[in-house]
Amino acid sequence: MMKTVYLDNNATTAVAPEVLEAMLPYLKDHYGNPSSMYGMARRAATALDQARARMAQILGASPEEIVFTSCGTESDNAAIWAAIRSNPIKRHIITSRVEHSAVKNLCEYLSHNGYQVTFVPVDDKGQLDLDYLYDHLSEDTAVVSLMWANNETGVMFPVEEIAREVKDRGGVFHTDAVQAVGKVPMDVGRTGIDMLSLSGHKLHAPKGVGALYVRKGTKFTPFLVGGHQEQNRRGGTENVASIVALGKAAELAGNLMAEENTRVKALRDRLETGILGAVPHAVVNGDTDQRLPNTTNISFEFIEGESILLMMDEIGICASSGSACTSGSLEPSHVLRAMGVPYTAAHGSVRFSLSVYNTRQEIDYVIEKLPPIIARLRQMSPFWKSVQAG
Amino acid sequence: MWEYSDKVKEHFLNPRNVGIIEDADGVGEVGSISCGDALKLTFKVDENERIVDVKFQTFGCASAIASSSALTEMLKGKTIEEAEKITNDDIANYLGGLPKEKMHCSVMGQEALEKAIACYRGKPLVEKEGEIVCECFGVTDVEIRRALTEHRLSAVEDVTHYIKAGGGCGNCHDRIQELINEVTGQAPSVRTLPPKMTNIQKIRLIEETLEREIKPALKQDGGDIELVDVEGTRVQVKLHGSCSSCSAAHITLKDFVEKKLREFVLPELVVEEVQ
Repeated sequence: MMKTVYLDNNATTAVAPEVLEAMLPYLKDHYGNPSSMYGMARRAATALDQARARMAQILGASPEEIVFTSCGTESDNAAIWAAIRSNPIKRHIITSRVEHSAVKNLCEYLSHNGYQVTFVPVDDKGQLDLDYLYDHLSEDTAVVSLMWANNETGVMFPVEEIAREVKDRGGVFHTDAVQAVGKVPMDVGRTGIDMLSLSGHKLHAPKGVGALYVRKGTKFTPFLVGGHQEQNRRGGTENVASIVALGKAAELAGNLMAEENTRVKALRDRLETGILGAVPHAVVNGDTDQRLPNTTNISFEFIEGESILLMMDEIGICASSGSACTSGSLEPSHVLRAMGVPYTAAHGSVRFSLSVYNTRQEIDYVIEKLPPIIARLRQMSPFWKSVQAG
Repeated sequence: MWEYSDKVKEHFLNPRNVGIIEDADGVGEVGSISCGDALKLTFKVDENERIVDVKFQTFGCASAIASSSALTEMLKGKTIEEAEKITNDDIANYLGGLPKEKMHCSVMGQEALEKAIACYRGKPLVEKEGEIVCECFGVTDVEIRRALTEHRLSAVEDVTHYIKAGGGCGNCHDRIQELINEVTGQAPSVRTLPPKMTNIQKIRLIEETLEREIKPALKQDGGDIELVDVEGTRVQVKLHGSCSSCSAAHITLKDFVEKKLREFVLPELVVEEVQ
């Protein structure tokens, strides 16, 4: 059987064996509803408490500041709606031009429904224009929502610094930290961050579970209105097994964070250097200094991303692309376009995102197999010959 | 992920006739790097106008490469007259179908072929006719009309799938819809203005909007609002609770109360505070 080299961990991750093991008893034996009044239910409730404590620990939060949700998108939606519903007089929102669609599309929706939204631009490295941000911050600003790390490029925003500034001016700060949790050391209690979103399946927990950190004292109204669960902050019977899984995944991520920032980072750098050394007209997109340790986004000029992905798929390599063809639209990635990456490069961008499960052998396999694919597609491209001719 | 047919995958992984014929009799180039796909088609004919060699170069996704490869296979051995009859549907059918989002790849093949044949016949390449409708992809009304008729399209989305028009900023969607209405002979839906509201209706609607949209928000901050009177388009209100002493009350009135009333009642309304 062909081996699979999985380098798309910013899309989703494998469930860790320890995580699967931890959650299974709650699907099989301990299926009680944590709100009920008997032993089996108490067992589920205790498991929730433990998961909450583990989640809090990796963030530097208190357990009661954690609200479990169904996914990162729900967490983002819950945070932004809570901020604007708790301050109904304020009608302005600040976000960036490179957010994940969970934040971007909600803000665009709000901009057509009575809110004024400022989309802060980024420079060619994908870094925020901070002056622009602070110039637009006003008394009318209900929430500032900025991602901790970009899913496409891995570029990290200085969210702790911005949160402090927003806080000093009386604002509410939310961060989509879906890509950053488990990769970046965090101590949110010591920052000005009011709310923080995360997702289980980017962290080796299963899909369908997420969490939202809500700082003590932050005004909050539930997004999902229903029962008293999650201290009245999120109705709906808790997804016990998946929450247990997320708690276990958080604990593992805490233990593996050092490895993520040393071995995984070194593998990423090896991949990047190897590819750039072997392929001409290839460029890395985004700020390489302020970047997640596991991500690299490389543009191969004069060819198109979907073709690259499908040819890699033939030899078992999984990655993703910001090209128009893979997004289902005709425009390439809004992130790369916001950074001013030219079309020639944006269409041919490929994101590789690693995890602790990747090995040096796998990386060397990609470094060996990718350059011929690029060369083959370029031979087919009408633009390549003219470049070769100078 | 797209569901490509086995034939698309096979042509993508093993494309036929890649390259350029240097002394070609016909050359057709379409698309550009900014559009996301482009195709250069070259062919050579014998003395009986039969295509003896054909090659392509394509920048684009798997279906663009497969469509180009398929086209070259279809063209080999055909006379120019026969080649002229090939349509984009023929290309798609040859490949066992294309996902509808990818139909523009087969259209690109047809367009390149038309250009190459025009070049062979020595016809000057005509400048694009008509007015540009889609600025992002440079598509004219003539091209949209043609696509609508040839492929019997009836939705903006389909037009985008076939010829890309409307796939960028989306500003031209209304214009494309107009063209669809014209071509399909549908009368555009006429929005009739609502009959003028009576004063009673207007006041009732203002009260309802205050209750439903405005008061709950103000009450969360410990404030309240009371409707005093309505004179024409002037709505007089009194603020209570924390609103009456709030320094931002003016902003609340204009940016929130007035906006809501304009949205739900009448766009001309002006809100005034009375003591």
